[in-house]
Amino acid sequence: MGATASHLGKDLLSEYQELTFLTKQEILLAHKRFTELLSREDKNLPEPRAPTEAILTLPELKSNPFRERIVRVFSTSESRDGLTFEDFLDLLSAFSDSATLEIKSHYAFRIFDFDDDGTLDENDLEKLVNCLTGETDDTRLTPDEMKQLISNILEESDIDKDGTVNLSEFQHVISRSPDFVSSFKIVL
Amino acid sequence: MPKDHLITSENDIGIELEDSGEGCDTRNGKPTSGRKRRRRRESKKERKKDEGRGSRNAQHAVDSGERTEKERQRKRRKDREEKAEHVQSLDKSKVNSRDFAAKNKKNLKNEKTRSKGIPKREVEEGEAKQPQRKGCAKAEENEQDTCERAGKKKGKKKKHRKKVETSSEHESSEDGDKEGEGEDEEVEEEEVEKEVRPETLTPEELEKLKEAVDDKKKLIQALRVKPWPMKKKHSTLRESQEFLEKYEGALGKGKGRKLYAYKVMMNKKWMKFKRDFENFTTACIPWEMKIKEIESHFGSSVASYFIFLRWMYGINMILFGLTFGLVMVPEALMGRPYGSMPRKTVPRAEETNAMDFAVLWDFGGYAQYSVLFYGYYNSQRAIGWLKFRMPLSYFLVGVGTVAYSYMVVIRKMARNANETGGGDENSFNFSWKTFTSWDYLIGNPETADNKFASITTSFKEAILEEQESRKDDNIHLTRFLRVLANFLVLCCLAGSGYLIYFVVRRSQKFALEGFENHTWWERNEVNMVMSLLGMFCPMLFDVISALENYHPRVALQWQLGRIFALFLGNLYTFIIALMDEINLKRKEEDVVQFNMTMWEASLHNNTASDNSTAPPLFTHPADVPRGPCWETMVGQEFVRLIISDTMTTYITLLIGDFLRAVLVRFLNYCWCWDLEAGFPSYSEFDVSGNVLGLIFNQGMIWMGAFYAPCLPALNVLRLHVSMYLQCWAVMCCNVPQERVFKASGSNNFYMAMLLVILFLSTLPAIYTIVTIPPSFDCGPFSGKARMFDVIQETLESDFPAWISKVFSYAANPGLVLPFMLLMVLAIYYLQSTSKSYKEANVELKKKLQMQNEENKKKNKRAALKAAMELEEARKAPSPRVAEQSYNPSHQHRRHDMADSRAGSFSSDQGRNGDDQAPFTDCRRSQPVKASASTRGRHANQGATAGYPAGHLRQSEPAKLQRVASTQRR
Repeated sequence: MGATASHLGKDLLSEYQELTFLTKQEILLAHKRFTELLSREDKNLPEPRAPTEAILTLPELKSNPFRERIVRVFSTSESRDGLTFEDFLDLLSAFSDSATLEIKSHYAFRIFDFDDDGTLDENDLEKLVNCLTGETDDTRLTPDEMKQLISNILEESDIDKDGTVNLSEFQHVISRSPDFVSSFKIVL
Repeated sequence: MPKDHLITSENDIGIELEDSGEGCDTRNGKPTSGRKRRRRRESKKERKKDEGRGSRNAQHAVDSGERTEKERQRKRRKDREEKAEHVQSLDKSKVNSRDFAAKNKKNLKNEKTRSKGIPKREVEEGEAKQPQRKGCAKAEENEQDTCERAGKKKGKKKKHRKKVETSSEHESSEDGDKEGEGEDEEVEEEEVEKEVRPETLTPEELEKLKEAVDDKKKLIQALRVKPWPMKKKHSTLRESQEFLEKYEGALGKGKGRKLYAYKVMMNKKWMKFKRDFENFTTACIPWEMKIKEIESHFGSSVASYFIFLRWMYGINMILFGLTFGLVMVPEALMGRPYGSMPRKTVPRAEETNAMDFAVLWDFGGYAQYSVLFYGYYNSQRAIGWLKFRMPLSYFLVGVGTVAYSYMVVIRKMARNANETGGGDENSFNFSWKTFTSWDYLIGNPETADNKFASITTSFKEAILEEQESRKDDNIHLTRFLRVLANFLVLCCLAGSGYLIYFVVRRSQKFALEGFENHTWWERNEVNMVMSLLGMFCPMLFDVISALENYHPRVALQWQLGRIFALFLGNLYTFIIALMDEINLKRKEEDVVQFNMTMWEASLHNNTASDNSTAPPLFTHPADVPRGPCWETMVGQEFVRLIISDTMTTYITLLIGDFLRAVLVRFLNYCWCWDLEAGFPSYSEFDVSGNVLGLIFNQGMIWMGAFYAPCLPALNVLRLHVSMYLQCWAVMCCNVPQERVFKASGSNNFYMAMLLVILFLSTLPAIYTIVTIPPSFDCGPFSGKARMFDVIQETLESDFPAWISKVFSYAANPGLVLPFMLLMVLAIYYLQSTSKSYKEANVELKKKLQMQNEENKKKNKRAALKAAMELEEARKAPSPRVAEQSYNPSHQHRRHDMADSRAGSFSSDQGRNGDDQAPFTDCRRSQPVKASASTRGRHANQGATAGYPAGHLRQSEPAKLQRVASTQRR
């Protein structure tokens, strides 16, 4: 995959534009950045897959507490690690400026759903809060606080009171938030 | 579906039942139409082709269809039996009702599909129209299969598939294909046939095809919004495109067809063009990379300042384009050249130092007598060979800039308000904090650490606030301190106002005496004082606000409000002082006008006495006495203000940020304490202060732009430099904020401020335009009673009479007042409707909750029923088997069970007798038996519900907890 622009066919490029929220320049840039992540032998494969470790070194993802989850959610491989270029485009499209609230909230939900079971239950929420408060002990919440917080969250957003937050409830909550769309962005 | 897998409360049974019913309906509904179509086509086919062969074919199809159908049925039956056995065994072994519910649900569904399927099939058999039907059955089958497999990913995919299936008939067939079923090939063949002979299509079929094509188009449009992996999107896109290419041509006949094809092609071209144009416009947005870099280092709040700055830059570019293109350039090119008339010439007294830099820097001398200021423009109605209406253009541009600004600001506000969605701010406090507080743009570890800390504190604060609603230990002291703080702030404001007023008056005195005999400071006193006040007062407020002990967010709002008040006060004091000056100038003007007539008369007298026939004496325009031209004076004041403001901003930036950073960085090696972590440290980027500065700067531009057309140009220059300078300063000498505030939360707050400033700054400008007569010898409106008379003049002389008549009617108070009344009424109406919508929203929310309660009750009832059925099923086989599967470790549970079943199992007691434990149980449970059997059922219900919870907890604690909670409810 030596030359960047030439390798992406014109048809493919226009199809990608049709299928994502990205512009032509962004796709090309994404392609360039993606090929940089590939190792030499990977480049010769028909559908090269950048390993998770390489993707996590991207400066855009480096300090994101959800980086592993993001890669997992967007990966289409069986073992859920590593991204193909198309997965990578999916990621960028969902995080792009012009993506709709709906798609952003969908992926946000999947990122926050740590056990991939389709609902945010207490364990998911706890993991989520732990991600948000960082790794160090002095920023972590005490168990009591955590309990209180989670019960408050569920009280607010668990509309059908089944003890978990499902996708539609999540989207309902998110759609009212003033700054979700502006902060759920990753730009290359 | 993960839901199937997990959620086991009985309400799912109901939902699933409904679901499957609906699914079947839709799937059955659509194919019927297809079937009809097929029938018609087949009849045609039969007419054309050899009948026997056709029938044989059909027969064959029927046979094969039936065979597969039967096989499937058999398989299904076997499945069912297996499942039933399974269920029984489950019953016996008392595995939780979770599995039971799931199985039961499937069972029910199976039955449902079967009951739906079988009679239909019987009806069908007479007709011998299988393929579509088979497709339908197949889809059901598939659904069941996937349901049973219930892999999570699979489930999710399937959901989409379902959506697609219902969206169009063709898609359902394609989806069937995708799942590895070859049966839909027939459908495809059909379509091929259709394509080959488009003229054989009936209008209805055409209509259907058209619909399908439209559906495909919509699908393509909506594809990017679907959260599918790229591969799936890609394949769907390819398929739909192929489909479109195949069938779009088939639509329309003869000429219409060509036109249609042309239309389609143009549409494609247009789409491509649009996409390219979009690419182009995004490529044209400046400073994208710079802002992105800042975003990743400082988070979205700092970046929001730069985005705001860029937005302002855009607005100013347009204002600049208007004034430059429609006012300055025409006057410079087509107006009378410099030196042709008194207003365009530097007066004799100033000529000597008109080119001095100090004078030019003050926008005096040659700068004053140029297109940059109001006074230079001529009142000639039309200039140049274009007959450009200069005064009119000047007036309209002045109005247009203001109108455009209003429009843009309000539109932006409306869009922001739309984005925020409005409504209940506090109802999702915690959820928002959790779900939306991370800023994904952050790419810098240090910023990320700050963000972690700030999120943690915000969580802790929120929890504390929730736990106890504010306990103030010494409320009197805080109150006293707050009152004191406000008093001090008021003193500051009043003091600064007075200072500005004093300085402006003093500068007027200096101006009367002539600037030459005063120092630089005395000349620039006003601007310097204003800038310095703007610089130091906020710091003072900051110190004062430490007294108040507010929550940081509240404190920030107070701080912003105070700075706003300060700026506003200063600006208005400045304007009031300026008004005084205008009045002075106008008095002066009267004197000058009187002198002018005297001077002209004397000139005339001189010439008259010399030679009455000689041409009027030529006096150089520089020598002609002239009025003070207050408009230019106002414009100059504003320009100076802007310049000094800009200078102060840049110098503060350099000293306050850069120099501080350099000192901290390099003196740290040889200092007695840690400078970086300790007192001076690096500065943070002050978003709110900078935004306020920008807003007020813009306010001054709006105020002064009418009298100094060069202001927008200056502002563009300033913003451009600011962009680069501030970007650099932020990246090189600021540290990320400790408290990272949300960007967009305050966006509309800033916009509202901008709107207020816009209003307040247009107010004095409009006041001067409307009430004060223009100077008699300078500017485009000289010689008129009022500036807006230019409109009247144009209407009278340039337009046909009826227009001016219409205009005069329209301006009639009799028409204007009702119109205004109508507007007010419309506003009232809209407001009341919005209020009612809000109420309806609340109402709906309540309803939703009620419905949930209701559902829960219903589910409870359903659960009860299910439990009864379970009971029945248990009763039927011999209780021995059931007893055997009891595990000794479950002894206590068995007690419960026995207790609850005591009523119904009384007949089995003899057989249970040889078993020691149950016997004693039963004896113990005699009173229960004695009690009413209805109660027994109740207890039973409780037992079966509570039971699996305890059992499963060993294996899957989390999920189970949920099950338990839902069932207990």
